[in-house]
Amino acid sequence: MATKRAEMSWVRRNRMTLTPLLFLTPGILFFTIYVIIPILQSFNISLYEWDGLGEATFVGIGNYQELMTDRAFEVSLWNNVKWLALYLLAIPAGLLIALFLNQTIVGIRLYKSLFFFPFVLSQVVVGLVFSWFYLPREGLLNAVLGVVGLGPINVLGDPTLATYGIIAAGLWPQTAYCMILYLTGLNAVDPEQIEAGRLDGAKRWRMLWHVILPQLKPATFIAFVVTIIGALRSFDLISIMTNGGPFGSTRVLSFYMFEKALSEYGFRMGYGSAISVVLFLIMLVFIGYFLWSMYQDEKAARR
Amino acid sequence: MFPTPIEKRPRSAQITYQALVPLALIMWLLPLIAVALFSIRPLTDFTNGNYWGLPSSFEFFTNYGKVFLESDMPQYMMNSILITVPTVIGAVALSCMTGFALGIYRFRGNLIIFFMFIAGNFVPFQILMVPVRDLTVSAGLYDTKLGLVLFHIAFQTGFCTLFMRNFIRALPFELIEAARVEGIAEWRIFWYVVMPLMKPAIAALSVLIFTFIWNDYFWAIVLTQGPDAQPVTAGITSFNSQFVAQYHLMSAGSIVAALPPVAMFFLMQRHFIAGLTLGAVK
Repeated sequence: MATKRAEMSWVRRNRMTLTPLLFLTPGILFFTIYVIIPILQSFNISLYEWDGLGEATFVGIGNYQELMTDRAFEVSLWNNVKWLALYLLAIPAGLLIALFLNQTIVGIRLYKSLFFFPFVLSQVVVGLVFSWFYLPREGLLNAVLGVVGLGPINVLGDPTLATYGIIAAGLWPQTAYCMILYLTGLNAVDPEQIEAGRLDGAKRWRMLWHVILPQLKPATFIAFVVTIIGALRSFDLISIMTNGGPFGSTRVLSFYMFEKALSEYGFRMGYGSAISVVLFLIMLVFIGYFLWSMYQDEKAARR
Repeated sequence: MFPTPIEKRPRSAQITYQALVPLALIMWLLPLIAVALFSIRPLTDFTNGNYWGLPSSFEFFTNYGKVFLESDMPQYMMNSILITVPTVIGAVALSCMTGFALGIYRFRGNLIIFFMFIAGNFVPFQILMVPVRDLTVSAGLYDTKLGLVLFHIAFQTGFCTLFMRNFIRALPFELIEAARVEGIAEWRIFWYVVMPLMKPAIAALSVLIFTFIWNDYFWAIVLTQGPDAQPVTAGITSFNSQFVAQYHLMSAGSIVAALPPVAMFFLMQRHFIAGLTLGAVK
């Protein structure tokens, strides 16, 4: 009896440490097994030549040296840069549509949802929809171009155009996402500040720049985060629309990695991992920045 | 409100605006409208090159009937449901707990664990691909729904924890303190005080995760193959090779595949948007 009471009081005394520990354990366990450890393993695998089945041979930084002279890697990396730069257009485009729709006419709620709903489609469906849209003979794009006397153009068959065609498809749902972020943001803009701005004679652009945008900063931050992540994650669209072609011109790192490690082009797990490590390091720069911003907010909130 | 409400502008501007909005919407959804129109055409329209004229007959029921009766589509849809629903339940359950622990308690490492969840959630999938595939194969879970579900739960826990923790942080802390003064055990505080307040967050996350997982394609092709376990996003590619160049059927197929998350969005719109904005933009 006495020991039991002692035990209970031990639990009771340490309950502020034990409770969070118990509540965190399952989540951390899952996350460690499926996310944290695999990241470290990938770093390790990237130092080996391995087909996924047989013995792995240690090659040190051999895979990375090979990357330096790999023309396809260079193309992929360069395409990633294009994706990053052009994907960011979703942010101003989303803001523009949000400003256009931030009114209170009849049925505006339905209009907003319909503008938003490309985001709910899977990238696979978006990819299919756009590859049919681009079809040289059956596609609507060339039907429209034909009316004004242009075309036909085979967007996805032309190595110089294909990547831009895919990015355009990706911008469609991403712009919708940014739009909804800004619409919610605009709802929360302080009407008194707008009034004050009006009294000071601020109109349209000056108002937008000096009064509205500063208040939309949280929305812009999230839009920035999700757009960068989205740009570097681009895989589904490429796989569906061109499968990396024509002539490998639409590959990005995420796709090239998959091709090297897990497709008919061979099972080079080590080389694939090296590519994914490079992609991870690029992402890490942005993740570092995001976390730093969030940390500043946390510190401010604590004060 | 910004821009200036249209009601305060001249009548002509109001009429222009009201005409402009539907027009802009049609332009915006044009690629999708094209697919919807394709999906009700008969095959003969395509062989005759009648892509954009009036359909020669209305074949909605024939085309969609074929999708459901003459392909593996129903099986793929079922797989998607059996993968998505358990993942939603698992990820939300785990993150209610982690969110509670990180949002309520102050202990060393709290912020580090929290940031670990956030950072992991942003990582490119490819860096996990080889080891996760290995792990799944060696656990005998390759090409099973369970294999996909376990991974999805683990990965989504990152995002869900971010969401739940911030939501719990915004709850009135006095409630918890009052409960402690009453001598209520910590797990009872979780179950009887915090959980009821988390209902809106649980709803928002469920809708959001449902959409994310339903739409996943990468992990579906890495961890499964064939109609036994593959969800509809991966299945649609084999569906398309079954009906190659039959655009009316492929269009109908992809509309069917896209429908569940779309329905979910229109039914639970408010929750969905609350989730997307991470609750940070009110």
